[in-house]
Amino acid sequence: MSGERAAWTFVAPALFVLGVFLALPVAAALLLSFTDFDIYALANLDNLRFVGLGNYIEVLRTPLFWKSLLNTVWFVALALPLSLAVSLGAALLLNSPLVRFRGLHRTALFAPVVTTVVAVAIIWRYLFHTRYGLINYALGHFGIGPVDWLGDPHWAMPALVLFAVWKNFGYNMIILLAGLQAIPQDLYEAARIDGASAARRFWHITLPCLRPVLLLVAVITIAGYFQLFAEPYVMTRGDPLQSTVSVLYFMYEEGFKWWNLGRACAIAFLLFALILVITRVLLRLARAQDHNA
Amino acid sequence: MTKWSVNGLLIAGSMLTLLPLAWMLSASFMQPGEASHVPPPLLPAHATLANYRELFLRAGMGRYLLNSFLVAGAITLASLAFNLSAGYAFAKLRFSGRERLFRAVLAALLVPLQVAMMPLFLLMKWLHLVNSYGGVVVPALASALGIYLVRQYARSIPDELIEAARIDGAGEWTIFLRIVLPLLKPMIVTLAVLTFLASWNDFMWPLIVLSDQAWQTAPVALAGLSREHVQDNELMMAGSVVTVLPVLLLFLLLQRQYLQGLLLGSVKG
Repeated sequence: MSGERAAWTFVAPALFVLGVFLALPVAAALLLSFTDFDIYALANLDNLRFVGLGNYIEVLRTPLFWKSLLNTVWFVALALPLSLAVSLGAALLLNSPLVRFRGLHRTALFAPVVTTVVAVAIIWRYLFHTRYGLINYALGHFGIGPVDWLGDPHWAMPALVLFAVWKNFGYNMIILLAGLQAIPQDLYEAARIDGASAARRFWHITLPCLRPVLLLVAVITIAGYFQLFAEPYVMTRGDPLQSTVSVLYFMYEEGFKWWNLGRACAIAFLLFALILVITRVLLRLARAQDHNA
Repeated sequence: MTKWSVNGLLIAGSMLTLLPLAWMLSASFMQPGEASHVPPPLLPAHATLANYRELFLRAGMGRYLLNSFLVAGAITLASLAFNLSAGYAFAKLRFSGRERLFRAVLAALLVPLQVAMMPLFLLMKWLHLVNSYGGVVVPALASALGIYLVRQYARSIPDELIEAARIDGAGEWTIFLRIVLPLLKPMIVTLAVLTFLASWNDFMWPLIVLSDQAWQTAPVALAGLSREHVQDNELMMAGSVVTVLPVLLLFLLLQRQYLQGLLLGSVKG
């Protein structure tokens, strides 16, 4: 029987691509991170030297790395709860039996997700304009003075957060909506008969039932937000005062502006390890809580 | 909550969400400099196509859009072929090491692609694919997510159907093309939309591998233009419109399939 051989003709092309263009580069990145691969090595491989953990130590000693890490963590810390709250609110509204034109609203709320980051970042850069932007114009009606959104180191990151939440909340909204629709209706019926208020039903039925989905959404969102890059690249170029330099932005500049590819690989692995640790800890904590409950 | 407040909140939310896109469209028809007024105008006083003319005649946007169409189209077609055949084999064909290989594919889902970018660039340079369509297309020929989605979907195909064709003497590829592919049709459409949209919107890798303007995709070129033309807001809005419009239209057309794929993809692992 040549069943085995036939099967391999089906999987071999895809596995070849994943092997050569993903697995191999990831392994090579680990090796590169232990070398001083730079613009001289790019010209002539004889200039390549093994430096052990040198890159990692050097990166950890670079103030801009710590600044970029702090900026990224700040971004995630602001954007994660805001994203989850907006997504959940939108999903709850869409799930209400009173809604008319549900499909239309879902499409409108989801639309930003499919748009091109670069293109919509250009729009928002203008919406945030200190003098001519619609956002300051709207705030002016509430007596709030003009905010220099993208020019003030304190406000630049929150501005990117607002943009990112607008761009991404639809994604989580769709997943949470599916989660809400999977909650058995008789739970609500029983609670209503017992006279539980809407708020109590939300706290004691909706949230506990939604917990696994919320956790999933949180993990996806964290992993995604740690990869912040296009937003600062287009909207601020990392400024003002490097307040929007993210870890990936730092990696990109190290690697493809200064051609320190060895150092860039070390940065990439540090970020990868951080994402892995945070999502793992989150999942572990959630599981531990499940056991106690 | 009352019917009134639920619908009122939703209408406000939807309008607020669409406002930036609507404003982009409106500003793209404004005269140069018109958007920079206090208070910010919502509609053009005299609508003009001047920005679009400038965009295509001077800024070369037509070329960048063509690049995007070719790159995203090629990735979609080729990766469909690779992912469909591999996903089907992981679901229905027997070969040694199948489970272990599939676990490796699942593990690949967890790796952020940025980790691979530096060596991938060197590999592309070595293959002379930097500054060519190939530099973007080749690494995207297969995807772990695509294989995973096809495999999950193909598992529902009844074994008897495949077995019966085998007894009739059909070869494995004949079975795949004649019997399996028609059954996978909903997944094919879903995967095609997901892939096309993701390739069209992709930014970081095309930015790295396409430094030569002639080959740049629309998002990469747009980012470059926006750094040059910081003052020309109306022009940049026109650029954003033509970059976003193809994917928005495709999404509106195949929304159901797209959202289905999104939900299937989110529950991985």
